[in-house]
Amino acid sequence: MNTLVLLHILLGFMIIGSLVTVEIRNMLSAVISVGAVGFALSIMFLFLGAPDIAITQVIVEILSLILLIRSTINVDNMAIEKRGEHVLSNRATLIFIGIILAFAWFSFHSLRPFGYPSMRVSQFYLNQGLKEVGATNFVTSVILDFRAYDTLGEAMVLFTSISGAFAILRRWKREQHKDFLRIDREH
Amino acid sequence: MKENRKSGMTFIVKMITNIMIGFMIVFGGYIVLFGHITPGGGFPGGVMIALAYILVTLAYGRNIVERKVSGITASVVDDLGALTFWFIGIIGLCVGGEFLYNFLGKGKPFHIFSAGTIILNNIAITLKVGMSLYAIFLALAILGRVVTDKNERKDEQ
Amino acid sequence: MTLYFLNFVLFIIGLYALVAKRHIVKKILGVSIMEYSVNLFLILIGFKKSGVAPILMKDMDLSTFIKTAVDPLPQALVLTSIVIGLGTLALMVAMAIRIYERYGTFDMHEINRLRG
Repeated sequence: MNTLVLLHILLGFMIIGSLVTVEIRNMLSAVISVGAVGFALSIMFLFLGAPDIAITQVIVEILSLILLIRSTINVDNMAIEKRGEHVLSNRATLIFIGIILAFAWFSFHSLRPFGYPSMRVSQFYLNQGLKEVGATNFVTSVILDFRAYDTLGEAMVLFTSISGAFAILRRWKREQHKDFLRIDREH
Repeated sequence: MKENRKSGMTFIVKMITNIMIGFMIVFGGYIVLFGHITPGGGFPGGVMIALAYILVTLAYGRNIVERKVSGITASVVDDLGALTFWFIGIIGLCVGGEFLYNFLGKGKPFHIFSAGTIILNNIAITLKVGMSLYAIFLALAILGRVVTDKNERKDEQ
Repeated sequence: MTLYFLNFVLFIIGLYALVAKRHIVKKILGVSIMEYSVNLFLILIGFKKSGVAPILMKDMDLSTFIKTAVDPLPQALVLTSIVIGLGTLALMVAMAIRIYERYGTFDMHEINRLRG
């Protein structure tokens, strides 16, 4: 089977999964179907020659599903979404999406065709990687040697987002916290 | 031990967690340590180790786990990981004249002690990513409980 | 070319969920769908026809490997951006929980009405 056909099928599956995510009314089903989209994405990464990212995508997907389900989904608010505007009922949205897609279709023709990347920067990494770094996984040698400064910055971005989340969560009063802990112990 | 049995999920989940937790941590360590030879590295290994802790938290309830690794310990280890990465960069600056210079020997390819500082950087990133995600999960788990409690209280009134 | 276009359709679906949906968790899911689409686009640009993964195995010849390997640079960028996406997801979930505690609902219209 041709790889290209397989990629198209997987991408179609992802589009259907994300449409289900957007339109379904039960929130638990929406979260689970976005998980299905993420797993299809990891299979696509595997076929596109990126096993590193496939592993990372699977694990991160599991963790984000746990975060979303554990912290936002309760029995009460699971089906809170009321029947509102449908995609097809809103004409302005449809026209807007159509215009964007038409422009995208024309502008993608100016890109390089699929399968022929411009390796202007990374040809150097591929040529010199084994000689200068000695790692046989070239992705790791790009992350942690050629572009380690980028990685340091991105670790700082992760730190900033996590500490922002802490700052949002830490605002609760102390006596309230004790109260909840007491309830917790009684259970 | 009595409160251990009460909190958390059922007995089956706890038994499976007991069996699987070692495998998960060993596989995460393998992914980290062989990140420069095979697919993997600090980022997926760190998330996998965070997932191992999260599995224990979900199975046994968070009071049991917080006694072993509290949120503050997780934050401190997280900062230690970031500082280690920075410190390796500073050593490179002192030795080789460039920030994050690869000051260790390259070694033979396909060998675990090859590629110089990459293995140290991988371990630092593992500590950073894993412990920060575990800490944020602990904070969110406490707050998820708060939301549920409020709803229950509303129902009682 | 069709792969790029379908990928852009995926991005538009995420954007629609972010803009038009009322439920906050659905907005978060829309952001994560957009993130999938952007990551996939970077990897698609770096793909080489009949290419191999940029990981050297013991039985490979180095010169043919250099000619056939796919682009490692977008993969390195995407690898970090996935984990950062998890951090921002945690940030958004924390904000959603705060809003739920304050207003008692996840519905954006309801929240706007309550704020008056």
